[in-house]
Order: sequence, then C-alpha cells, then structure tokens
Amino acid sequence: MTDLETAAHPEGLRRVAIDPLTRVEGHGKVTLLLDEHNRVQQARLHIVEFRGFEQFICGRPYWEVPVMVQRLCGICPVSHHLAASKALDRVVGAQPVPRSADLLRRLMHVGQVMQSHALHFFHLSSPDLLFGFDAEPARRHIVGVAQAHPDIARKGIGLRKYGQEVIRATAGKRIHGTGSVPGGVNRLLSDDDHLLLLRDVSQMIEWAEDAVALVKRLHAADSVRHESFAVVPAQMLSLVRPDDGALELYDGVIRVRDASGAIVVDHHDPADYLGLIEEEVKPWSWMKFPYLRAQGPQQGWYRVGPLARVQNCSFISTPRAERERREFVDTGRGQPVHAALATHWARMIEMLHAMELIAELLHEPALRHGDLTASGPRASEGIGVIEAPRGTLIHHYRVGPDDLVAMCNLIVSTTHNNQAMNEAVRAVARQRFDGRELTEGLLNEIEVAIRAYDPCLSCATHALGAMPLQVDLLAADGTRRDRLMRHGDGRVQHDEG
Amino acid sequence: MAAKPLLIIAWGNRSRGDDALGPLFYDTLSKALSPEQAASVDLLEEHQLHPELALDLAGRQRVLLVDADPGAPPPFRLSAVQPGPDASLASHALSPSALLAVFMAFHGQPPPPVTLLGLHACSFGLGRPLSDAAADALPAAVLWALTWVDGDAAVPR
Repeated sequence: MTDLETAAHPEGLRRVAIDPLTRVEGHGKVTLLLDEHNRVQQARLHIVEFRGFEQFICGRPYWEVPVMVQRLCGICPVSHHLAASKALDRVVGAQPVPRSADLLRRLMHVGQVMQSHALHFFHLSSPDLLFGFDAEPARRHIVGVAQAHPDIARKGIGLRKYGQEVIRATAGKRIHGTGSVPGGVNRLLSDDDHLLLLRDVSQMIEWAEDAVALVKRLHAADSVRHESFAVVPAQMLSLVRPDDGALELYDGVIRVRDASGAIVVDHHDPADYLGLIEEEVKPWSWMKFPYLRAQGPQQGWYRVGPLARVQNCSFISTPRAERERREFVDTGRGQPVHAALATHWARMIEMLHAMELIAELLHEPALRHGDLTASGPRASEGIGVIEAPRGTLIHHYRVGPDDLVAMCNLIVSTTHNNQAMNEAVRAVARQRFDGRELTEGLLNEIEVAIRAYDPCLSCATHALGAMPLQVDLLAADGTRRDRLMRHGDGRVQHDEG
Repeated sequence: MAAKPLLIIAWGNRSRGDDALGPLFYDTLSKALSPEQAASVDLLEEHQLHPELALDLAGRQRVLLVDADPGAPPPFRLSAVQPGPDASLASHALSPSALLAVFMAFHGQPPPPVTLLGLHACSFGLGRPLSDAAADALPAAVLWALTWVDGDAAVPR
C-alpha cells in the first residue's frame, strides 16, 4: 500500500468524487477524502463496472476468438484481434506464420497504433494542452480545437482517417475486420489499396512530424508545468526487439527498467508472462493491480505505454522517430522522464514511427504475394503479447480437444497502468489540492493526469460509456453538502446541498 | 472519386444483445439493396460514432444514421438530427448531434439533412441474443430504409 492509498482515519473525512471521468474510454471515478482543512488524506482511482468478457469467450470455438475479442473495445479492436491471433498461432502450430502474413499483420498493427494515437492526442488531450487545464470547459473539446486551430484539427482527423484506411485495407473493414486468423491472414493487400495508401504516405509522415513539433512547442511554452505536473517515478515494461533492443510494437521480448533507467529484466520470453507478473486484487476496485512477481506488490508495479516504450528501448529503428526520441530523452538530463504530460510527446514520437513503418512496409512485395497461413503440430495453449497503443497487451488461451476455448486470461494495457495512474492521481492531489477550494479546473487536473495514460476502461473492465462530470461533497454521515456539475455544454453549476 | 449521394451509418456491438441491431441492420440492408440502389448509397458499419466520420458526411445529399434506441417505441422512431456540441465530445463515442457539430467545425457549413433511425431495443446484456421485440423491429426498419434510399420516405424535418 502506498502513501495516500488509504487514510489512517477515514471516519469524519469529507469525500469528493469525480464520477465519471471524461475523455477516457469507459467508466471510472476518482475519490478523494479531505480533512477539515481540505488536505487530501486518501486518493483512489476506481473502476466501477465489470463485464466478464473472459467468461464470454470461454466455450467458443477458437477460430471465432480473434473476431469476438474486438468487441471488447471501440478504439483498439485491432490490438485484441492481433494478440488473440498470435496466441492462437501456437494452438494451430503456425510457428512462424508465413512472411506475407507477418508483414500484413504488422501493417495492420501500426495502422491501428497511429490512428489510436491521433485520436487520443488531437481529439481528447490537445484541448487541455492548447487551451489550458482551467480553460472554459465549453471549448475544451475537438470542436473548440477545430474552431481555434483548424489546421491542427484537420491534420489530426486526416491522420486518424489514414490509419483507419490502413486497417480497412488489411483487415477487410475499418471496424471489426477479419483479416487476421489463427495461423496467418485471410487476405493480402490488394493492388488498389496499395496504391491508395502509397499516395498519401509522404503527406502523413509530414503531418506526423508536425504533430511532434507541436507537442515540443507546447512543452517549450510551459516547460516548468510539463516537467513538474504529475511526476510519478516508475519502472517501465515493454516489448523490445530481441537482438538489439529496438522499439518493437508487434513481437519481441520483455524488458523492464527501474525508475532510474537501469535494466532489471531483459530478454524475458513473453510466453512466460506468468513467471514475471502477478496480479493483486484490492477490495475497492474492479481492476487488478499487476506487479513483478520477484519484487512483490509494494515495489513491483510498473508503467507501460508510450512513455515507458520510448525510454525502455535502446533505440527506434526509423530515422525520424529516432532523432525525435534522442531529443526527448535529452530533456531528462541523464534520468528517465516520468512526467505525465511527457506521455503526449512520447505518443507523437510513436505515431511518427508508425507512419515511417507504414512507408517501409508498403515497399515489401510480400504484402501482395505469398502464402496466407501456416500450420503444424497442434497445441492446447497459446499466449500472444503485443504492444497495443496504450501498452503491453497479453492474451492467453487454453483450447480443448473439442476446439472450444477452455480458459481465457487477458491483461490489458490499462490494467498494467492501474497503480501508475493511481500514483498520478495522488501526485496531483499532493501537489495541487491540499488546502485549496475545489474548482472545475482543479478537478480537471486530476483527469488530465489520468488521461495522459489514455486509459481504456472499456478494455480493463469491459464497460462502455462516458458522461458529464459530477462531483459530490459528502459529510461523514453521508449527507450531501455540495455538488459541482459540469454539463455537456460546458456550463459549471454549483448546487449546494 | 465523388461520394455517392446517400450515406447510411449503422453502429453498435454485435455481442451486446439488442445493441447488435445497428450491425444487423447493416447486414440485412446490404443484401436487400438492388444494384441500382447500391450505386447511390454508401453503407458503413461502426462500433460507435467518431469524429472523422464528419469527413464521410461531406458531399452527401442525405444521410441516415441507425442505432439501437431503448427509448424508441416498436418498431422504430425517426428524428431529424441537428448539430449541437454535447457531453459526448468529451468521450471516444460521439452522439449524432455532436458528430454534426464536428462537421460544421471542420467544413464551416451546415451538414446535409441527417435522419436518425432508432430501432426499438430493450436488452443489452453481454452475449445475449436479440430480444423478440428487437428482432421484430429489424425487418420493418429495413423496409423503411429501402424507401428512404428511393427518396420516397417521409422524414422528420
């Protein structure tokens, strides 16, 4: 248990709830317990719904799984599609899948990464960064960005659209495609789609570079805040390329660095994730808390996702992104960067890398010619690990002789980041809340810290929905003393109990 | 290539009971369109509405949005969609009105006429089949949509 996770004497403290969180996928809430001087005594990020998707998968034929798991989520279905396919490759004995299948999946994956990163940065986070955390809520959204910064919005929507076209061309549909199957793929890239994607690739690389430049400008304009807001030193876990430690999004080995940047785990086989990671259950959240088994739950928690990946890797294999990574790392002056807002910078570096990879892949003839699937000796168990946009994603299945899934275990990126997000909430609580009057802008700062992780609570809990913000202040006996509501049109209403 | 004059977007989750109505509408209508009708309309299936769909709306004469609607009486209800920023702009999934607000912000002009077809829905459990009431609503909605494609349907203004 960490500082501020549980108050020593919760009785008599005032409760503040941010429920639901906005601009995240799914439904979560934050509760703060304040003493009579408005000092924070406890801060927690809760996940409040659970849908039991793993049980839903059990009992289904294994070949349905790569399609079914996409229905977990409206924003990263391709990551689930591919992680499930990779796990089931082992079940059908496809080790490895044909080169054409591997390349097509990689193209699909980087298309997903770039469109997801574009959605998060331009649509959900750029309003905070462009207008300020405490700007008028009525303009802190994508329509406000489009009105004030039409060029930024146009590039953001164009990048996302391109990423979705990559997905359509490789998966067969923009949403919930069927392109990847256990053992390989069921299609290759058509000549028409190849030409279509090639046509705009230079433009997209240029726009992705512009996005990195934008986030650097925003950082430079307010570097003190960017470097000091919600700083949470954490271990960093991600896949890296086995032979040289390069950033790897589709397939690799697990590396972990500690908060000072020293490598503490390297070359760990993802198929042995259970030898590395354990999950703790806490009574106040539906979402589990993973940690490194060797270190225990107190010390073993870690961060995944862009901020971890760009610092965990030894280098990035594409030149533009590697140049930007070096500049980013230099801002840490020899130490890893752990500030929440730096995640946006790292995310845009990854988006640029994804676009460079798309350009490279489009020159591979095997994308359009070659074998679709492979097979071999059947196995009863498969584990697939992939770097989804938000971080490491693990799919694990056991399949019976009747071809039905007998066991399913999913550890999604947002679950890996559970403790880190809670620590970010506590960092803001310590830094910004103590003793101050509650305002909508102050509450948004907590959401900004969580939002930096781009949490997908739908994936973590399998719940859908996001609504306006309502904060209730409750007395110790549970009676409401105050209510702060942020309406959909941005109006903030105080409704005293 | 110029956009087809008509656009239909149906959305929902095929694994959540009646929320599958949108995707099933997409499947059924895709098969029911004659070649002449198909030449005039683009159909899209989505999990949820998202901002870049505003690009797909550009250049259309008319747009039909189709979703499961727990507030709709059997078999479905129709409404005209007006642009309006709302709380959904703070989420990954836009409302129809918020989507049109994004359209206006990007294109600087009013969107084409947009009709929302809300299919009667009452059960959204994970892994559940369509409810009987929802299953009854689907063919009626598809028949109506075929008249909409032909320009013969009355739509709310």
